[in-house]
This record gives sequence, C-alpha cells and structure tokens, in this order.
Amino acid sequence: MILELSHFTAAFFFALFASVVFGITQREGVMAQVKYGAYCFAMFLGGVFVAGWVMWMLRH
Amino acid sequence: MANSTATKARAAEAAETQPLTAKGMLASLLAWLIPGAGHLLLKRYGRGLILMASIVTMFVLGLLMQGHIYRPNGGDILDMLGFVGNVGAGGLYFLTLAKDWGQGAIAHATADYGTKYLIVAGLLNFIAVADAYHIAIGKKS
Repeated sequence: MILELSHFTAAFFFALFASVVFGITQREGVMAQVKYGAYCFAMFLGGVFVAGWVMWMLRH
Repeated sequence: MANSTATKARAAEAAETQPLTAKGMLASLLAWLIPGAGHLLLKRYGRGLILMASIVTMFVLGLLMQGHIYRPNGGDILDMLGFVGNVGAGGLYFLTLAKDWGQGAIAHATADYGTKYLIVAGLLNFIAVADAYHIAIGKKS
C-alpha cells in the first residue's frame, strides 16, 4: 500500500503529531499542554503558508 | 582552571538533583523501545497513549509514504544523522529493519516526506524518553 498525500496534507499531519508531542512533553497541566500544542500547531501551519507565499513571490 | 572547577561543581550538583535510578533507566529504556510505554509504566496513561498514538502513527505514515530508513553504516554524514533520527523510534526501527521495510521509493513525490516523517518520529520519541525519565526521577509530575 502506497500513501500519496498532498503537500499540504503531509505538512498538516506532520504539524499535528509534532505539536501533540511538544504540548505533552514541554508543559505541565492539561490546559497549558493544550494551549502550547495549539500554539505549536498554528506556528507550524503558519510557517507553511508563509514559506508557500515566499516561494510564490520568488517564482513570479 | 576556575572555569573547569565551576563546570565540575555544576555537573556534581546536577547528578545529585537528577539521580540515575533503576526506575528512571527502566522507564527510559521502555519508552525508547515502545513509544509511550515509559509513561504507561509510570501510570501516566493518558500521556502515554497519546504519545504512543502520535509517534507510532507518524512512523507508520512515513513507511506508507515509502520513506527511506537509514542504516548504521550509511557512509556520509547526512546518512548518519538520518540514522540517529531513525534509531530514536526504538522497536519500530528494529522491526522495520527486520522486515526490510523502508527501502524508499524516489519515484513517489511524497517519499521524501515519508523519510522526514520517519526521522522526526524518532526524534519526537527521544523527547518522550527524556520526559518519561524526568517523571520517573520526580523532576516532573
């Protein structure tokens, strides 16, 4: 079985799993973990969008 | 000289505050071999199951995307770094080697993502191992 994800889907799942582990291991308390995990996730995906637009501008 | 003495004093202080205990070593070893299992051993069931689900899923997705698994004798420095990342997944890495999975298929555009998934799953497991160790020695709750 070969899984072929789109670039965005691959980046989405990468961000999701990494953020979950960062949230659980880097903060104490459930709320702090959820907040930090959400922050990391937003930063990962935000970085994807910023990098995408930078590449688009370089291309054009 | 004074700098070296201060460094030794700091190392001794760290050794006192972070002792090497059997429980800590067992939790670390188990956490490395089976992602999340160290936390389960320490009765942090919620954390352990979520860590296990995240790391194992990431590793399996990497394999399904035809990612490449690095061997210990890769040759160049980047291969060695890839190996360090991969070996962090512990039992998953050894199972993959035993089954001869993770050959990598450059014909697929997402295979490179798969390789990164496999490396990062191992690196995330290293963080989980450190977390399990800190819980075991009482540094974290």
